[in-house]
Amino acid sequence: MPASPSPETPSETLLRGSALTFRRQGLTILDAVDLTLQRGEIVTLIGPNGAGKSTLLKIALGLLAPDSGEVWRASGIRIGYVPQKLNINPAMPLTVRRFITLSAAASIGDVENVLAATGVSFLIDASVHTLSGGEWQRVLLARALLHKPALLFLDEPAQGLDISGQDAIYALIRRIRDTTGCGVLLASHDLHLVMASSNRVLCLNHHVCCTGHPEEIRHDPAYQSLFGGINLQQLAFYQHHHDHEHPLCDHERHHAPSRSSQP
Amino acid sequence: MSLIETLQTPFVWHALLGGLAIALVTGPLGVFIVWRRMAYFGDTLAHSGLLGVCLGFLLGLSPTIGVLIVCLALASLLAFLQARERLAADTLLGLLAHTALALGLVALTFLETLRFDLAAFLFGDLLAIDNLDLLWVWGGGGIALIVLIVIWKPLLAATVDEALARAEGVATGRTQTIFTLLVATVIACAIKIVGVLLITALLIIPAATAQRLARSPEQMAVFASIIGIVALFGGMAASLTLDTPAAASVVTCATVLFALSRIIPSRH
Repeated sequence: MPASPSPETPSETLLRGSALTFRRQGLTILDAVDLTLQRGEIVTLIGPNGAGKSTLLKIALGLLAPDSGEVWRASGIRIGYVPQKLNINPAMPLTVRRFITLSAAASIGDVENVLAATGVSFLIDASVHTLSGGEWQRVLLARALLHKPALLFLDEPAQGLDISGQDAIYALIRRIRDTTGCGVLLASHDLHLVMASSNRVLCLNHHVCCTGHPEEIRHDPAYQSLFGGINLQQLAFYQHHHDHEHPLCDHERHHAPSRSSQP
Repeated sequence: MSLIETLQTPFVWHALLGGLAIALVTGPLGVFIVWRRMAYFGDTLAHSGLLGVCLGFLLGLSPTIGVLIVCLALASLLAFLQARERLAADTLLGLLAHTALALGLVALTFLETLRFDLAAFLFGDLLAIDNLDLLWVWGGGGIALIVLIVIWKPLLAATVDEALARAEGVATGRTQTIFTLLVATVIACAIKIVGVLLITALLIIPAATAQRLARSPEQMAVFASIIGIVALFGGMAASLTLDTPAAASVVTCATVLFALSRIIPSRH
C-alpha cells in the first residue's frame, strides 16, 4: 500500500510492539518494551548511548527477532530505513543515483524528485565515497523516500552534524511526515531538537523509563534522573531555531505545527 | 615452430577456450569477492581441492565432481558456523582451509592407486585441457554467469549494505547463499585448469585492476572480464614463446596489468 497522505485518519496504527525483550550474552538489552506508532506521527526514542535504541529500532523493522514479545506491523506497508552507519567498500564505484535505486525500481523522475525533496539534487552523479556527513544523511533520507514509505525508521538521522545541520534535518523529517503522512520512528540522543519535533517521546534505558508528549516528559522525574537538568536550557534555547535557513536545503518556509509548547 | 603455427594446434585452442570461459566468469564473480572482502573464502575452497580429488577417486567419479561436492559442502559448513560461532570469518576460514588440506593429504596416503600430479594440482595445466574439461568449465562457468546476472541487483544491494537492503525487502539471505554456491561451483570447475594456488588470483587481480578504471559496478565487472581475457592472451603468448608455466604466466600478466592501472589516474 503506498503511503498516501491521509491526515484525516491520524489514528491508524502502523506499528505495535508489546513486551519486547532482547538479551545478548547475559545482558538484558531490552526489557518488556511496549511501542506503538500511528500514521502521521513522529515517535522518538531517546536515551543514553547503549540504552537499546538501535536494537529496538531493528526489532521494530524486523531485522532482529526479539527473545520474547511480539511485533505487529500493518500488512503490506512500505518501509523506509535510515541506518546509523553504512560501511561501503571504497573499492565499489557507486554514484548517488545508483546508491538510492539499489533496491527500488524507480524512474529518473522519481530519483530527481526525492533528491530535490531532501535538498541534494546536485549530488545525483557524485560518488558516494565523497559525501560529507550531512550530505550522507540527506542521501539516505532520499533513498528511504524513494520507497514511498508508510513507515520511516531513522537511526540517529542527525549524527555528526552541527546544530544548524541537525535543525535542518529535523525540519526535513517533519516536512516529510506532513507531505506523505507517514509514521516516523526515530532514535536519537540529540535531546533538544528531537523534543520539539516529536509527537511522542519514549525515554529508553533498557526499559521504558517514561513515555508521552515532549512537554510532559520534560517534567517527568524519570526523564530528569536519566538526563539531569542540563538540557532544559538547551531546549529553551534551541526551540526557537526552526526558522533557521540552511544553505544546503530547500527552505522550510512554513513549518510543521510543532506540537510542543513553548517553554 | 613459430608462434603462428603454435596457435593453430588444438592444445593451444583448448587452452584459449578454457581460459576464456574462466576469465569471463571470474571477472564479475571476482568484483563481488573484492567488494565483499571474501578473498580468503576463495583460498579456503581451493585448499579443499585435494580432498575433493580424493573423494572423486573414492566414489569413482571425475575429480571435478569430487571437488565440486567438497567445495559446496565447505561453503555450507562455513555458513552454518558463521551463524552459530562467535569467531571472526577469517578465523573460521583458516580453520576450514587447513583442516580440508590436512584431510586431503591424509586421504591421499590411503589411496595408493591414485595417480596424482601434485604440480598440476597446485599450478594447473592450462595446456593439457581435453574436451571434457572444456565442457565442465563452459557448462559450470556459463551457468554461474547466468545465475549471477539473474541475482545481480539484489546481490549488489545486499553487498552495499545488508541490513538496509533487508529492511527494504530484498531477500538478502537467499541471494548471498546462492552467490556462495556460485563461487564454489566456479572454483571447482576451474581448479584443474588454473590450479589451487592461482584460482584466487584470477578472482582478485582483474577485479582489483578494474576498480581504478570503472565508474559503475557493472563497468567494473565487465572491465574485470576484459582484463582477465587480456591477461590470458598475454600470459599464453609468454608461455608459448618463453616456455614458462601457462597459468602462472597468465597470473603474472594480470599483475603487470594491475601495476599499469595504478599509473594512470583514477576515474573516481
